[in-house]
Amino acid sequence: MPTSQNSLSNLTIIRNGLWDNNTALVQLLGLCPLLAVTGTLINGLGLGLATTFVLVGSNLTVSIIRHHIPKEIRIPIFVMLIASFVTNIQLLMNAYTYELYLVLGIFIPLIVTNCMIIGRAEAFASRNKPLPAFVDGVAQGVGFTLVLMVLGALRELIGQGTIFDGAHLLFGEWARELTIHFYLTEQKFLFAILPPGAFIGLGLLIAVKNQLQEG
Amino acid sequence: MKDNPMDKTARKDLLQVKNPITRNAIILALFAFVSTGLIAFTHLLTKDRISKEIELSLTRQISHIVPEKKYTNNVYQDCLLIEQPELLGTLKFQKVYRMRKNQQDYALMITNTAPDGYSGEIDLAVAISTLGEVLGVSILAHKETPGLGDKIDSNKSDWLKQFTGLSLTKYQEKDWKVNKDGGQFDALTGATITPRAVVKSVYKSLLYFDKQSNQLFNQSSDCYANIAK
Repeated sequence: MPTSQNSLSNLTIIRNGLWDNNTALVQLLGLCPLLAVTGTLINGLGLGLATTFVLVGSNLTVSIIRHHIPKEIRIPIFVMLIASFVTNIQLLMNAYTYELYLVLGIFIPLIVTNCMIIGRAEAFASRNKPLPAFVDGVAQGVGFTLVLMVLGALRELIGQGTIFDGAHLLFGEWARELTIHFYLTEQKFLFAILPPGAFIGLGLLIAVKNQLQEG
Repeated sequence: MKDNPMDKTARKDLLQVKNPITRNAIILALFAFVSTGLIAFTHLLTKDRISKEIELSLTRQISHIVPEKKYTNNVYQDCLLIEQPELLGTLKFQKVYRMRKNQQDYALMITNTAPDGYSGEIDLAVAISTLGEVLGVSILAHKETPGLGDKIDSNKSDWLKQFTGLSLTKYQEKDWKVNKDGGQFDALTGATITPRAVVKSVYKSLLYFDKQSNQLFNQSSDCYANIAK
């Protein structure tokens, strides 16, 4: 019953996004960018912010025009909307936040491959009013970002013994000081940095979440 | 059921076409038109700004290896396109930027590609003074293993600094190798292939400079000839 979602309170929507129906931990959507970029906490945060931005924009737009989209062609329309959003954001970042673009540039096209965005458009935004769709976009986006950050932090800590490495790329030169070195190592623990470490890290996070929920 | 996208009245409001296939095609085309239009609009809006940012970033990159005080010309504009697969490592065009102080030639920055990195190509730039001395080397792009080969990047270690001040007269051909192969350059712990590729590429840049430097300083700039049209 699609209409039943109309009665969801904002609080439930937020709870869903952050925990109960978290994109990365429960729906397991968006694994491609998730595994590819979580080498460090800062990379995770960067991709998370960009994804949240696209998600909020696409949710809002889809919700506003939901009465004008025929059911049969909704998917191609969603795809076009999302692709156009991503391209526009890429161009704008390239022009106005060039340094950040250099860091996140390769991740931004990855957002298109994130099924979570079209998933939310289809499952939520096309059936709800703009305000709940907006809240859903923020909540799902933040939930995704948090998982990216935790996974990034874990891999960074185990792999190279630091946290907040590369913060200056996102926040400017002052943030260079933020980097915390837990241990110095010549030989990094490559397994954590390379993609297999991301798979296992995510598996552990899901296990922890399931344990917490049952307990 | 007010929110159902298939709602009859909403459908009627939008377009008075009866045939659902024609109607859907029109709607789809409209969406394609609007989203493409938006991108085109943003592109026009940001185009100049983006090319300016790219120019600035290159200038900054050059200033990392050659102090800005040393030249007065607009390096970004003073640029040649060179096709030299044998010494510059790729079938694509490489760029040579020229630095001059008050009309006096000072240095060249040659972009080069090492085709034989551990995980593919390594793009680098070598700044060489008129005397044939390396002023500095900068890695522009690489995919080397994090923690091992990626130490060639000046953000990660000082490995690149050992090239500064070297020339073809200071080191013979046999010296332009990593010490494992009997040369003068330190390899990186756990990575030999990456440094080997970089050393070879810097050496080839010097060879190219040695052969062509007069011509390279005097030819007229042509990097942006095509774009201007």
